[in-house]
Amino acid sequence: MQSLPRRLGVAVVVAVIVVFLSIKLDSFRDYQIAEIAVEVTAVAGLTLLTGLSGQISLGHGAFMAIGAYTTALLLLHLSWPFIAVLLLAAAVTAVAGAIVGAAAARLRGPYLAGATLMLGVALPSVAYAYQGIFGGDQGLNVAFTAPGFLGATFPLTRWQAWVSALVALITLVLLANLYYSRIGRTWRAVRDDDVAAALDGVNVAAARILAFVVSATCAGLGGALLAIVTGLVAPGAFTLTLSISLLTAAVIGGLGSLPGALWGSLVIVLVPTYVTDLATSHGLSSSVGSNIPVAAYGAVLILVMLVFPQGIQGGLQRILTLFTGPGPKTPTWRHPPTPSAEQARAGQHEKEGTS
Amino acid sequence: MKRPQHLINRAGRRRWQAAAIVTAAALAAAACSSSSSSSSASSSTSGSGSSSAALTASAPGITPTQILIGSHQPLTGPAAPGYDEIAPASDAYFNYVNANGGVYGRKIVYKYLNDAYDPTTTASVVRQLVLQDNVYALFDGLGTPTHLAAVQFLNSEKVPDVFVASGCECWNAPTTYPETFGWQIDYVREGKILGQYVKQHFAGKKVAFFYQDDEFGQDGVKGLDDEIPASMVVSKQSYVDTNVNIAPQVAALRASGAQVVISFSIPAFTALLKLNSLKLGFSPQLVVSDVGSDPITLSGLLESFAKQGGATVNGNALTNGIITDDYLPSAGDTTNSWIALFTKVHNQYDAKAPLDGNVFYGMAVAYTFVQAMFKAGRNPTRADLVSAIESGLPQGPMISQFAYSSGDHAGATGAFIGIIKNGVEVQEGPVMTTDTSASGPITTYTGTEQQAPASGIPSP
Repeated sequence: MQSLPRRLGVAVVVAVIVVFLSIKLDSFRDYQIAEIAVEVTAVAGLTLLTGLSGQISLGHGAFMAIGAYTTALLLLHLSWPFIAVLLLAAAVTAVAGAIVGAAAARLRGPYLAGATLMLGVALPSVAYAYQGIFGGDQGLNVAFTAPGFLGATFPLTRWQAWVSALVALITLVLLANLYYSRIGRTWRAVRDDDVAAALDGVNVAAARILAFVVSATCAGLGGALLAIVTGLVAPGAFTLTLSISLLTAAVIGGLGSLPGALWGSLVIVLVPTYVTDLATSHGLSSSVGSNIPVAAYGAVLILVMLVFPQGIQGGLQRILTLFTGPGPKTPTWRHPPTPSAEQARAGQHEKEGTS
Repeated sequence: MKRPQHLINRAGRRRWQAAAIVTAAALAAAACSSSSSSSSASSSTSGSGSSSAALTASAPGITPTQILIGSHQPLTGPAAPGYDEIAPASDAYFNYVNANGGVYGRKIVYKYLNDAYDPTTTASVVRQLVLQDNVYALFDGLGTPTHLAAVQFLNSEKVPDVFVASGCECWNAPTTYPETFGWQIDYVREGKILGQYVKQHFAGKKVAFFYQDDEFGQDGVKGLDDEIPASMVVSKQSYVDTNVNIAPQVAALRASGAQVVISFSIPAFTALLKLNSLKLGFSPQLVVSDVGSDPITLSGLLESFAKQGGATVNGNALTNGIITDDYLPSAGDTTNSWIALFTKVHNQYDAKAPLDGNVFYGMAVAYTFVQAMFKAGRNPTRADLVSAIESGLPQGPMISQFAYSSGDHAGATGAFIGIIKNGVEVQEGPVMTTDTSASGPITTYTGTEQQAPASGIPSP
């Protein structure tokens, strides 16, 4: 998978599968494919940010909101073609990501988590403050229709599934390129030991900001897709729960793994629906049945962490290794920071503090 | 600062191939659990045929034996306290109808899904109901911000969207949303009726508003503003349902010196308003719109919230004296034929739920739906239900008439003022009716209430 043609090959295979499934399945499954694609797009960026460059974000829902509102406003007022809207939504979130990333590059661990958490909680309130522009609590309606050449009877959900899956796949291919490029290696170096990376000539701050911009852009694209899939952009959709669920998907799938982003998204989207159906079909009282998906969500999270500490993708690799033998694909573990490295870092903090 | 341990992925070709294969397998598994979506042919032979006509699958969701309808409800989340009783109560009434002959022999099957009062989830569950389950109609979808996420989709799919459980004026838009109908009194009318009462009974007092910052609260304030002179209003504070810290707003209300606070809030926030006021030693006359004032729900919330905060309060004592309004008979009026009917159904099919206003609401709206289904005919199409409602429905359990016509999709038009005494809402004065325009007069309703049918089921 180290070369671009192979990645493109896999993407084309998955695209064919999606098209096949979207035609075979009913409209609601198409809608779910679109929901999964939305989730994958946003989670893929976050999993690289946290898994590769070692930064955490509890506020990626805010970037999805930026992408979604940009999309809604452009479609509503300017009626641009969707591809142009998508690109501009990505550009706007990239700028937002750069601003937040510049601040984030100076913060670590719990401080970074706190700052991004604040962003995730505060940003949706902007929609309440400027109701004339953002429509307040009821949000903005997004009109999105299938193009005419597909015929009048072409189901909208299938078109939504195609568009979302296409954007998700392109995002994944581009991120995979980054993953194996010099930039990806730089991020790993910064994550493992930023002092060592700096000594090797890596611009640590720039690498961190770039990682933030890339992941914010992905979240923005996810938000843009969410807007056209649900047809409504409202602050109620971008609560802290969304940000946490993105991170949950990344962790369940396997931090830093792009296929993991897909597994995590499948779990996040399909498990609640499946469990609700199960609960209602077994005639549970509504007060019990309605709480079961929440419980199942927690159970899945605990189970994955116990059985596959490296997420689903990590677990799959372990199972795969059982059959194929370790070979050259043995996972390489980073070394825990030595006390001296910690001290060096502490010294650097003091220096930063005084400057 | 240690960051989590990671796997460094040095991916090989095989892993990616495996990923693609497993993707396919997972998606195929999703396919297996899906139902086939071949919707039944909807060529109705007769919308309102003779009584001997055979029962056919006249529309999606309708078979010779059943009528499948769906709904989105807040069974968990901020709006769940109180409102989560509504759908089970509707279901209890449907079970009562099903056990007593059904609608032309068909049983009503009511599938309501939890949206946790989150619009994105609403969009998803409503698509599930329409696209996967093929419901005949969406019934009593609850909440203003939530239902707004579904209304466009339902209308584009031509699915009847009947009796939305929200008093937003926005459901009354027959040209934009021809499939959508309100049911309860809209918040503008409610605001006007409450506003007139406050203007008449609290002349010269300082009045403040507390409202949910969405169509619900804003429509209510619009109605209040129509009636209450701006010179009386000293403060307007709003809240969003995702933030339970309303201490700043309550402090602002107290600082304004308001003697009367009119609240357009959901029950949880009415309780928070009361408790936060109590903490600040602020005790204005509370006037609460119908949706946020059910005494039993409020009393329970007050006691459980206070308990979480380490205090003990008497819920009924705290709700005493709250002024509200209602468009259904008072739950405490045991001589009323509707209350008697719904109490009977409750005891038989929904006995675990408390017997409160939410339960009566759920049963009353279910009654109206059964009425509309009878009127739509033996083998109704979806369009038949819409035209049946547009041709007008009897008021049934409502204390005033419905506004339904082809040009008006609003529900109840009138309400009375009630005062909560010892956990029971007591009617105060006559039923007042009005319209939604700023200049529309508020008049005393002269019509008579209907009596519940002896069978408990509306006649065709």
